[in-house]
Amino acid sequence: MPTVLNSLNNALLNAMSADPRVYLIGEDLLDPYGGAFKVSKGLSSKFPSRVITTPVSEAGIVGIGAGMALRGLRPVVEIMFGDFTALIADQIINHIAKYQWMYNDQVRVPIVIRTPMGGRRGYGPTHSQNLEKLYLGVPGLHVLSPCTLDDPGALLINAILFDENPVLFIENKLLYPEQVKNSELLADFSLIENPGSLSEVLDSSIESAASTPSYLVTIKEAPSPSITLATYGYMTELALKAALTLAYDYEVFVELIVFTQLAPFDISALQDSVSRTKRLLVVEEGNLTMGWGAEILARTYEALGSQGIYSRRLAAFDLPVPASKPLESTVLPDESDIVQSILEMNRLS
Amino acid sequence: METVDHVQLYRSIYRIRRFEETVLREFSHGFFFGTTHTYIGQEANAVAVLSHLQSGDIVVSNHRCHGHFIAYGGDIHALFAELMGKSTGICGGRGGSQHLHWQNFYSNGVLGGTVPLATGMALAEKHLGSGSIVICFVGDGALGEGIFYESLNMASLWQVPILLVVENNRIAQTTPIELNMAGSISSRFAAFNIPFQELDTSDVLEISPVAGNIMADVRSKVSPKALILNTHRFGPHSKGDDTRDPEEVAKFRQERDPVTIQAIRLDTEMRNQIESLVDDEIERAFHRAIDDPFPILGNQRSLRSIQGSD
Repeated sequence: MPTVLNSLNNALLNAMSADPRVYLIGEDLLDPYGGAFKVSKGLSSKFPSRVITTPVSEAGIVGIGAGMALRGLRPVVEIMFGDFTALIADQIINHIAKYQWMYNDQVRVPIVIRTPMGGRRGYGPTHSQNLEKLYLGVPGLHVLSPCTLDDPGALLINAILFDENPVLFIENKLLYPEQVKNSELLADFSLIENPGSLSEVLDSSIESAASTPSYLVTIKEAPSPSITLATYGYMTELALKAALTLAYDYEVFVELIVFTQLAPFDISALQDSVSRTKRLLVVEEGNLTMGWGAEILARTYEALGSQGIYSRRLAAFDLPVPASKPLESTVLPDESDIVQSILEMNRLS
Repeated sequence: METVDHVQLYRSIYRIRRFEETVLREFSHGFFFGTTHTYIGQEANAVAVLSHLQSGDIVVSNHRCHGHFIAYGGDIHALFAELMGKSTGICGGRGGSQHLHWQNFYSNGVLGGTVPLATGMALAEKHLGSGSIVICFVGDGALGEGIFYESLNMASLWQVPILLVVENNRIAQTTPIELNMAGSISSRFAAFNIPFQELDTSDVLEISPVAGNIMADVRSKVSPKALILNTHRFGPHSKGDDTRDPEEVAKFRQERDPVTIQAIRLDTEMRNQIESLVDDEIERAFHRAIDDPFPILGNQRSLRSIQGSD
């Protein structure tokens, strides 16, 4: 099976082959280097006029991508580290995400901004963060995050070719070498795709309200799950391992809801699951306070009311991500933290 | 040699002046809501530069965009309506004074951030082979933003067809240029190998031929250029925030009023006729906008999203 890196790289290749309006813009994109994490490798050789290597000007290149998108192209901008999305905040918030609505739906800004987030590689406080939470809830902006389930490349191709909204595409660094899970790799699990629908939460005048799928993952031939775990991105890998440990070592059965679209998002699959299990653990790699998990819990309670639901959040400490390996491991949530959280919830509720 | 249409130029300058004076006057009567940044004193810049636009060319403007929009050919009634937040406004009342889009005209009120946008548009037109150019207006205040220099670097590096028009009115909100800018404006363009022309005049007839030549150059050479227009704004930054010495402003008005400078080229009868027609047009547009409806949001209940489980 291909890795996530292969899948995303192929997606860029296929999108550029399919549509001459697709351009790649970013730092150090040219072969033989092909981008800091190699997602763009091979593309400048194949499409020399449509892969543009740039100065170290994150805000500038995102603004340039926005101008290209407003004039009919479909640019993909690579931001080398997700931490540097702090530099592009004005372009995203005051320009890119605003134009369609503020110009009364007369324009579209179909730009995809791809960036790797996440720690566990010892890169230290400014190259390891999960900053996507800062961009969740920006009206007009879609935030997507692939995982190893199904087809991460398809998620990217759809964003590039078919999403008329601006997209922030969050790739966790540790996902790159992971294999995309086929049925063989998923042997212990059954996977149900929920296509997702955002029709309830968007103004009907806004087109392309399409949502990307969420996944419901359960352990095959296991008893009914007693707890729901919501997560996305690389934490899915750790959650799948934790689910097996909990099943085989503790006979505690977990059902996972894995999101690929973080904003705006469809709560229905999660709502169905929690209304059955009555227990919800939300797991994210970003730090806890004001995070993704807080919104997920709020929406769940708003949708289900107080029907005796017990919930918790598991996230990184509210600290910068340290460089030192043991410190970093302490600050970021891992598989054993998931297992411990669920065992505690099981004990207390 | 193009023949100069003195009447048309005067009409364009005077229309912007009357529009902006109406806005300032009627703000105090409560017909407008929010904020505004008027172009009074700078009218000749927009009229001169945009008289050389060709079909397909793109204009990117800033917070002080009414004059650019009107000179571009934008509708005065729709602009009044936008400033009033009416459904008949250019953007249905969603954008307001600083956020206009019509045809190939785009404005945004965040300084500096429009410059990479304009650069990207020029890059797109170059790749699409359209032959169109981008005119990007900025003020001296925007030169304090770092992204301006990122954009100049890439505009020059990639040789995109853009004309950067710096309208240097020598003051950023209330801060005079002496307190916020080191070095010169022209040296900023020189540093990036972007050829520039600099003028210090409010005479549309002095600006127009220079603008025409430089735009022709941007088009034929497919490369960036800059036009630095030293100018004066006679009004406040926004509404009531002019901290300058009134005598200083009065002196600009006396010596550098683009309306007066162009007016003396017309005979009195012609001038009166134009002014009367424009005054009437603006009054009618203003009153029509007052009577227009406010917009409503579609599907408001669901936009509030899920609040509780009712």
